[in-house]
Amino acid sequence: MSTPQTHILEYDIVVVGGGTAGPMAAVKAKEANPNLKVLLLEKANVKRSGAISMGMDGLNNAVVPGFATPEQYTKEITIANDGIVDQSTVYAYAQHSYATIEELDRWGVKFEKDLTGDYAMKKVHHMGTYVLPMPEGHNVKKVLYRQLKRARVAITNRVVATRLLTDENGAIAGVLGFDCRTADFYVIRAKAVILSTGAAGRLGLPASGYLMGTYENPTNAGDGYSMAFHAGAALRNLECYQINPLIKDYNGPACAYVTGPLGGFTANNKGERFIECDYWSGQMMWEFYQELQSGNGPVFLKLDHLAEETIQTIETILHGNERPSRGQFHARRGTDYRTQMIEMHISEIGFCSGHSASGVYVNSKAETSVPGLYAAGDMAAVPHNYMLGAFTYGWFAGRNAAEYVSGRELPAADAAQVEKERTRIFAPLLRDNGLPPAQVEYKLRRFVNDYLQPPKVTRRYEIALNRFAEIAEDIEQLHARNPHELMRAAEVGFIHDCAEMAARASLFRTESRWGLYHYRVDHPQRNDAEWFVHTELYKNDKGEIAHRKKEIEPYSIAIDTEEGQAYNRLRIKKDEAPEPQAA
Amino acid sequence: MPFIPTEIALRSSAPVTIDHDKCIGDKGCTVCVDVCPLDLLAIDKSTGKAYMQFDECWYCLPCQHDCPTGALKVDIPYLLR
Ligand SMILES: Cc1cc2nc3c(=O)[nH]c(=O)nc-3n(C[C@H](O)[C@H](O)[C@H](O)COP(=O)(O)OP(=O)(O)OC[C@H]3O[C@@H](n4cnc5c(N)ncnc54)[C@H](O)[C@@H]3O)c2cc1C
Ligand code: SF4
Ligand code: SF4
Repeated sequence: MSTPQTHILEYDIVVVGGGTAGPMAAVKAKEANPNLKVLLLEKANVKRSGAISMGMDGLNNAVVPGFATPEQYTKEITIANDGIVDQSTVYAYAQHSYATIEELDRWGVKFEKDLTGDYAMKKVHHMGTYVLPMPEGHNVKKVLYRQLKRARVAITNRVVATRLLTDENGAIAGVLGFDCRTADFYVIRAKAVILSTGAAGRLGLPASGYLMGTYENPTNAGDGYSMAFHAGAALRNLECYQINPLIKDYNGPACAYVTGPLGGFTANNKGERFIECDYWSGQMMWEFYQELQSGNGPVFLKLDHLAEETIQTIETILHGNERPSRGQFHARRGTDYRTQMIEMHISEIGFCSGHSASGVYVNSKAETSVPGLYAAGDMAAVPHNYMLGAFTYGWFAGRNAAEYVSGRELPAADAAQVEKERTRIFAPLLRDNGLPPAQVEYKLRRFVNDYLQPPKVTRRYEIALNRFAEIAEDIEQLHARNPHELMRAAEVGFIHDCAEMAARASLFRTESRWGLYHYRVDHPQRNDAEWFVHTELYKNDKGEIAHRKKEIEPYSIAIDTEEGQAYNRLRIKKDEAPEPQAA
Repeated sequence: MPFIPTEIALRSSAPVTIDHDKCIGDKGCTVCVDVCPLDLLAIDKSTGKAYMQFDECWYCLPCQHDCPTGALKVDIPYLLR
């Protein structure tokens, strides 16, 4: 390996993470002002990076005129997220959702349409109709790449961002990182930074024990959560974990959203439906968990009652897009949808606002609490935002960052911050021996499972904090033999930060909420009198993790008490369970 | 004499395999190396062919899908199969 170089670059805006939200942000910043110098910085390669690297099966939350209004959607998400929502952020998404779909459509993303050319919307949520299938959704990344080129966005692949630079007023001044192939150090000065590094997908260890067998694309180790925290940004409701119902071992979505509208459903070992609605929520996961633990487990996805034609349609979609290795997995296990139900399990825990509500605080302009720092996508705290929310908030972030940087000087890069980070990042490469990153990661994530996986027990969480403190010492002993291992070593640091934040956030909220996501055994009741608030995690003067309560914005769309209970009654009562239909 | 730190390598069977007759890495192709989100693939300097360097596969398939000659096959990693 040649000696690592240092590259000092200057841009108006740097977008960190080129998966879903990032490319949209970069394109929209350039569209707002083509003279801006905009860099898209990516740890992988923007051609095939992020959650949608192979495409997507559908939009989970499309607000399409004629099917739903922004008001209805905002109400649904407020209820699905147990009321802990700043409606202005969800409403801003909902209002813009259709414009985003039309833009993607113009760019060449294919959505399902009916014979009259209208979007073929499907009902999956408990109350409204929001799912738009994309059976030919495999070209999304190609479409985005074309737009990046057209808008002349600069792209740097294979650089891992590790810390943000701030100026003397605490505003953003740039990004630091390194190349995961050469270990070159990057000092990128910028007037604004947009973080779109996705979920914290490597927090828990999948039940398989395989480190990279995660639900999320494992490039997303929680990098953005950690960088935002260290830069002084506030994070919200991190105790509202992401936990998903997945295909056992394969750990990809079973795709009730795809199969549901075609007649498939989640069933127990008797082949019976036990939940009314397959839309992922904490309450749904609670019922799923109960069924798994009971004599009625395991839980399955049931398709074996469907007609041959329907099964073929399902296979074409599920084995072609999103997680296309799924067909191979089933074939090897001899699982045929026609004759067998598909065994499911629950995922490892993670942070993700795209699926639940744990993220970096943003307002409806995608601004975080740090001037010049924007966040979009899974890591930005807009509940249940999914892919279309990532695109839409990416759009907001790009447009608003372009406005923020206009007329601003490039802030100075603080030499002390740069040198401190250089020392921190490269230490594992300079040691002659030490702990292998994969082993430390394994142990850390096993502790996450042992102690943090809900149901949350206070005593377990206290032990977890002790174990995490020991791992912090191990991190000082990491040894990387090459730049690739250096990337994994840096990620262990991100995962460690997220693990500690998960533990502390969960201990702070002394009530139970969001079904399984935050079920605290020692505080089993929901307590609206004290906890109808956001929990906000921030870095205090000593550099430690601290918490405070933040008021929920007054609702602009009222929720009546009866409606508010909708997601609390997902379990089907025994005598009401419909018989599975014959094929 | 202090105790000398030593390491033991863990064996793992690579889920990604290459058909050397089809791979045109020796003619300058690096498509699979470029697209892998986890940066696991490389060209072996001695053979000029692609190979899996790190065992951290997400079985996501861009490498197999984008390979121009069909030289690359992804199996589900053994632990999940
Ligand atoms: C398996 C799966 C199925 C899904 N199915 C659906 C669906 O059917 N419908 C739907 O609406 N939503 C679905 N979602 C959710 C949706 O895909 C996400 O909400 C959305 O794509 C998130 O976009 P993002 O930009 O936040 O993250 P990503 O698209 O994951 O992008 C994050 C990017 O940041 C990069 N990065 C990370 N760390 C760094 C760093 N330190 N430095 C530089 N770059 C970095 C990563 O490499 C990655 O490219 C699914 C998600 C998954 C994982
Ligand atoms: S993409 Fe295919 S042909 Fe090209 S280097 Fe990889 S395996 Fe070889
Ligand atoms: S399947 Fe995905 S993670 Fe595995 S080698 Fe191919 S591109 Fe990389």
